Amino acid sequence: MSDTIEVATIPITVDFSGGLEMLFDNQRRHSVSLPAVDSGGKPADIAFLISHLCEKLMKDPRAELFVLDSHIRPGILVLINDADWELEGEEDYKIQPRDNILFVSTLHGG
Amino acid sequence: MEEDTGDRPSTNGTASTVANPTANGCSRRLDDDEFERYSRQMIVPGMGKEGQLRLINSRVLIIGAGGLGCPASMYIAGAGVGTIGIIDGDVVEISNLHRQIGHATFRIGLKKVDSLIQHLMGLNHLPKYIPYPFHLTPQNAADIISQYDLVMDCTDNPATRYLISDICVLLRKPLVSAASIQKSGQLIVLNCPPAPQGSLTPGCAPCYRCCFKKPPPPSSMVSCGEAGVMGPVVGMMGVAQAGEAIKILASALHMPPQSPTDPPERNLHQPTLLIYTYDLESAVGPYSFRALKMGGRKKNCFACGENSTLTLEGIKTGNPDYVQFCSAPTSNVNLPPEERITAAAYHAAKERGELPGHILLDTREKEHFSFGSIEGAVNVPFGKLLMKAAAIKRDGGAASEILPPAESGKGDAPIFVVCRRGVDSQETVEKLKELGLDDQGKRKIVDIIGGMRAWKEEVDPSFPFI
Ligand SMILES: [Zn+2]
Repeated sequence: MSDTIEVATIPITVDFSGGLEMLFDNQRRHSVSLPAVDSGGKPADIAFLISHLCEKLMKDPRAELFVLDSHIRPGILVLINDADWELEGEEDYKIQPRDNILFVSTLHGG
Repeated sequence: MEEDTGDRPSTNGTASTVANPTANGCSRRLDDDEFERYSRQMIVPGMGKEGQLRLINSRVLIIGAGGLGCPASMYIAGAGVGTIGIIDGDVVEISNLHRQIGHATFRIGLKKVDSLIQHLMGLNHLPKYIPYPFHLTPQNAADIISQYDLVMDCTDNPATRYLISDICVLLRKPLVSAASIQKSGQLIVLNCPPAPQGSLTPGCAPCYRCCFKKPPPPSSMVSCGEAGVMGPVVGMMGVAQAGEAIKILASALHMPPQSPTDPPERNLHQPTLLIYTYDLESAVGPYSFRALKMGGRKKNCFACGENSTLTLEGIKTGNPDYVQFCSAPTSNVNLPPEERITAAAYHAAKERGELPGHILLDTREKEHFSFGSIEGAVNVPFGKLLMKAAAIKRDGGAASEILPPAESGKGDAPIFVVCRRGVDSQETVEKLKELGLDDQGKRKIVDIIGGMRAWKEEVDPSFPFI
C-alpha cells in the first residue's frame, strides 16, 4: 500500500463563469481528477482545489485575476453544488466525489 | 417585525400613509382605460385586481437608463406601476442603441432620462414619470431613494452599486440588482423583505455587501464600453429585473405578512443569484441559466450587520468613501520619459523617415484590431503576449519568440508598442524588457502614450476607434 505509486483521485467538475473561463482556455466546464489528499496528507478541500487549479489547469499567467495572496481574489464567488461556499464552510469544505464547483466573477456592467 | 411600525394587520390606523400603499387603493374601481390596458395581466392567476392596484399605488426608482434600465423600465411602465423615477446623468450616444432600446436614433444627444421617458410615455401615459437627469451621489441618494417603495439597480459601476445598497439598507427598501457584460448576466433580489439594520432575526434577507463583500480589483474590471456586451444578454437581465420587481410589488412580498394566515414562504426566503451565460459558439446548453443559493444576512456585514456604524449622515459626508473602496491601488508601471512617445511625435518621426525597419506591436484584442490599425502594425493581443512571455520564462526559449515570426529576426530594430488607451502598452514594454529583449538598453522599446485613442485625437480623426 504505497500511495506514491497510486494516488487516489476525486472526480469533480469545475465551472468558470462571468469571464473567468478566459483564464482557463476559454472553456467553461472542466472535468478534474483531484488528488484525494494534499502533499501533507490532508483530505482535499477547496483551498487545495484552488492551488491545484492554478498549477495544473490555468492557461493564462495572470493568476492575480484568480487568486490574491493565495486566496481567491475579491469579486469571485465560489459555489459548491450551486450553493454559496459560505453555506458550506468556505475553503475548508472537503471535496466529495462528483461535486460541482463553480467560480463566478461578479459583474458590474449594465 | 418586533418594533411597531403600525402596519400590523389588526391595527390599520395608518393605512393612508405611504408605508402601506396597498390598503387605501384596494377598493378603488379601475377606470376603463386601466381595465382594458391591464386586463391580460390581471387575469393571470395570483395577480387579479388587487395585485394591479398594488402596482398602480407603487413607486419604483430605476437607477440607470442604459442596457438594463431600458428594458426594465419598459416592462415596469407597461405593467402600470404608478410612479416611476429614472435617474441617469448621461446622454444618448449612437453606440448605446444596439442594447439601450428605449432610446432612438433621432434622440442622440438628449439626456437619457428624457429620451427614455419619451418612449415610456408612448407606451403607457398613465404612470407618473419623474426624471432625475444627473448621477446618483452620496449626497443626493437618500433624498431620492426615500421617495420610492422599491429600487432597481441598473447601474454600471461598483461604487454606485455599494452606495445604492447601503442607502436601501438604511431606508429599508427592497433592491432588485442586475449586471451584465459581454456574454454574462447576473440578477439578485436583496433586502426583501427589508429588516432593520443590525437585526439578526433568522431569515433576514442579505444586502449587496452580504453577498459581494468586496469589489474586484479595478484592474480586473472592464466596462461595457471597453469589453462590449451583447444586447439580448443585458436585455434579458433587465427584463428579469422588471419581472422580480413586479412580483414583489403586486404580491406585497416586501411587506410584513398582511394576514396571520399568510404562509411564511410567501416572503422571499432563499436569496438566489441567477446567472445567465450566453455563448456565441454553441447552442443553449444546460448551464446557460443557473440559480445559485446564497446565504442570508451576515452577522458581521459592514452595512446591515450587528455592529454596523453606517449612517445616512455619514454617507452624505463621505463616510464610507465609495470611490476609494472600489479603487484599490494597482501596480502602476512607471516608464522613464525616453521610453515613451506621443502618438503625434511617433507619426511625425515616421513621416520624416526616422524609423526605418521599426516594429510596431498593437496589443489590442483582435476584434478591435480588425476595425483598423496604424499602417505596418502587427497584432499581438495583450493576454496572448503575457501567456507567451510566461511560456518563454518557464521553458527557456529565446526572448524574440514573443514577436510574430516575421518580426523576430529583425535584430535590434526598435519596437514601438500601442494599445487601446495606453495602459497595456506600458506593461508590455516592461514585460519585453524583463525578457531581455531590450539587449541591456541597446535596443529601444517604446510605449505610444495614450494608445489608439490618442492616435485618433492627435493624428487621424477619422480612425474608427471603438
Ligand atoms: Zn449586509
